[in-house]
Amino acid sequence: MADAGVGRRLSRRSLLKIGALAGGGLALGIHLPVRAELDPEPRSADAKTAPEAPVELAPNAWVRIHGDGRIELVLARSEMGQGVMTALPMLLAEELEVGLDQVQLVIAPVARVYANRLLGVQATGESTSVRDAWTPLREAGAAARALMIAAAASVWEALPSDCQARRGRVHHSDGVRSLSYGELVATASGLAPPDRVALKSPAAWTLIGTSQQRLDTPEKVSGGAHFGLDIRLPGLLFATLYRCPVPGSRVLSWRAAETLKVAGVVDVLAVRNGIGVVAESTWAALQGRARLDVSCRPTVNANLDSQRIRSRLRIGLKGRSAVARKSGDVSLALAAAAHEIEAVYEVGFQPHACMEPMNCTADVQPDRCALYVPTQAQEGARAIASAITGLAPGRISVHTSLLGGGDGRRLEQDFVVDALELSLRVHRPVQVVWTREDDFRHDFFRPMTLHRLRGGLDAEGRVTAWFHRVVGPSVLARLRPDSIRDGIDPFMVEGAADIAYEIPDLRIEYRRADTPAAVGLWRGGGYAHTSFAAECFLDELAAAAGQDPLMMRRHLLAGSPRHLRLLDRIGERAGWGAAATQGLGRGLALVAAFESLIAMVAEVALEGGRVRVHRVFCVVDCGRVVNPDLVRGQIQGGVAYGLTAALKGEISFTDGQVDQLDFEQYPLLRFGEMPEVVIDILPSDADPGGVSGLGVPPIAPAVANAVFALTGERVRSLPIRLAS
Amino acid sequence: MISLTLNGEPRALDLDPEMPLLWVLRDHLGLMGTKYGCGKAECGACIVHLDGEPVNACMTPLSQVEGRSVTTIEGLSSDGRHPLQLAWIIEQVPQCGYCQPGQIMMAAALLNKHPRPTDAQIEEAMSRVLCRCGTYERIRRAVHRAASPEVQNG
Ligand code: FES
Ligand code: FES
Repeated sequence: MADAGVGRRLSRRSLLKIGALAGGGLALGIHLPVRAELDPEPRSADAKTAPEAPVELAPNAWVRIHGDGRIELVLARSEMGQGVMTALPMLLAEELEVGLDQVQLVIAPVARVYANRLLGVQATGESTSVRDAWTPLREAGAAARALMIAAAASVWEALPSDCQARRGRVHHSDGVRSLSYGELVATASGLAPPDRVALKSPAAWTLIGTSQQRLDTPEKVSGGAHFGLDIRLPGLLFATLYRCPVPGSRVLSWRAAETLKVAGVVDVLAVRNGIGVVAESTWAALQGRARLDVSCRPTVNANLDSQRIRSRLRIGLKGRSAVARKSGDVSLALAAAAHEIEAVYEVGFQPHACMEPMNCTADVQPDRCALYVPTQAQEGARAIASAITGLAPGRISVHTSLLGGGDGRRLEQDFVVDALELSLRVHRPVQVVWTREDDFRHDFFRPMTLHRLRGGLDAEGRVTAWFHRVVGPSVLARLRPDSIRDGIDPFMVEGAADIAYEIPDLRIEYRRADTPAAVGLWRGGGYAHTSFAAECFLDELAAAAGQDPLMMRRHLLAGSPRHLRLLDRIGERAGWGAAATQGLGRGLALVAAFESLIAMVAEVALEGGRVRVHRVFCVVDCGRVVNPDLVRGQIQGGVAYGLTAALKGEISFTDGQVDQLDFEQYPLLRFGEMPEVVIDILPSDADPGGVSGLGVPPIAPAVANAVFALTGERVRSLPIRLAS
Repeated sequence: MISLTLNGEPRALDLDPEMPLLWVLRDHLGLMGTKYGCGKAECGACIVHLDGEPVNACMTPLSQVEGRSVTTIEGLSSDGRHPLQLAWIIEQVPQCGYCQPGQIMMAAALLNKHPRPTDAQIEEAMSRVLCRCGTYERIRRAVHRAASPEVQNG
């Protein structure tokens, strides 16, 4: 292939043909040649030996223009449904002056230049992708465009100001002459890239702000989209692991005689996380695992159970704790308040339950290693591969497939470890497949948390004091220990510590209470648990003060015009001023997260003793909108994700084990349960905020507040279980 | 040897008759469009057509398809332009996309039976397929669109 060494190319018509490429043995294990100064890390062996295509131009790490007219844009974030495969190329294409129909996508290798500045590593998560890319990607596109214009100007001996770029061509103002980018590559190669570029003014945007169709849709409806489980390599083996079900427990002894009798089973091996069964097909591996005879070492974690965890958290509601934010003196203010109320809220464990279970394919060879993996954390995957294989990072390539959901689960490396260890041992490429049971049992859950809230009202019904203590295990202590300062896990208190309401005396605390249950990041971040408690408690205060919940929020946000605009719009949209339809309850919630704002009103009814959400109004201010339809999709998706956690199941533990291991025990929101979601996106000149997690935090409190409006019954725990 | 018709082609397979069709398709025949989500007929990611009826390939042993006709997402149309696939694009349904082959195959079976399905018929059929990304509203619109020739390409 002429462009071997260039990276996997993705045309609009054949996105992510990883399997096909792999099967044909083409263009694998290659790194994108970025400019040397941008890539301080050693190149892979392949990249070193790959012949450079003669006529191509890489003005920066994001854009490649070929003499034959092909234009490649690099995607360095993981597509897990949130639309980065469309939104990020739009930023580049806007400034490069090319249409999305003219570009091919290349999935980035691991390289410093592709790090996410908001996360500090090459990773995708926490609704950061567009925020991180907003300026650098537009600048990269603009720099390449400026170079094309400079090249055309030099060919024509014209002034750059007489040249204009449009759809991959530079046009002279004479209206006659024009050259395509491909035709300009040779000339441009001799020119220095500009040091400074001017970005287009918003008025000149043709892509940003428009609902361009997703680039990944055609493959996703044809069945040709390749997820991690769809990777096929020559000689590939399939594997499944037996892991001890109790956290922290290890295999004591095992016998595989019956397993080895299963046709297609190739080998059975003990690895770090358990016993791996390697076979010629997934089915044989699963059959083999079912016939393993394993006993696990007993551990104290066999005591783990939900009641015990709850009691442990309860202890933390009182006594010492770390202070995340404080102003004035809450104790004094509460003592002086005309009216004080207090409540405890509880949020249960939640799994990620990505539709594509965890998996990874590794091909470990003596001098190199390739990972094919649906991951949110490429840099971490490479580091773990280096540690396990002993190979230098430059000899490890990470090929990111499409992700069948991520939601924070795929920031972890546990499934990568399995594949690496097994491939290392069997000297063949191995795909480790987690069953749905494995995926539930060995998840890193959104932790159970308790929230103690106290609020004070003065004689006029104004909120004068606000106290919120979050009690729960630390999530970041394992993932980012450096981020824990003075006993505060920022993830656990986000949404509480940065609460926008102006209350004179305020105190936000965090009491760490670790449990043996594995916990991790989840869609919507810490906001998903803190907002439930805070937004419901605010409604309790409003009720105690005899005020309308929307008006109370307006008073507490008098100095925040962005919030007020949102509240006013949601009030109009949901007809808040008028009485609710008979039999329906309405509830409001307002959340500021990921540098975006969202207000929601949920309309709920009781049907057969269960909460049924009919309609959800959403007003979103996420700054400048790159692609409105993607934003809508993310809000709809966030509502569905949040409703599953609010209305359906939760994860519980008995005798050290997860109780819910399938979709019957942990039901997801179904088609018929999806409410109508009405979304207004407000225009804004602010830089873009995140949206993929944004729809999750407000839905639970909006529904809980609606249930109160309908029944008079306060909902103080998730998932919602009605007493009456 | 098990004989069947797969996406219109006669096939004879020398595989464990107990092996679920899902793994036959994915691991032995290179048809990875049919997805694994649960293996217990709970999620619908693996839906294919067996003589035109929607079945969960994860719970359908190969022996059960002897002499019958199986259609997978790859065989739904020759060019990826089945009315449902076009409607799915116009309505921009997929997010992560993992559940979508199952959704589309379920919807195709529905339209075979009810060319102009009511909302209730759509709901009954489509509640068999889970979507963690919450694309349900768009699925409803896309099914209606595909079922209405007058708006199909709008
Ligand atoms: S994989 Fe067959 S229904 Fe879930
Ligand atoms: S689109 Fe992701 S599970 Fe349905």
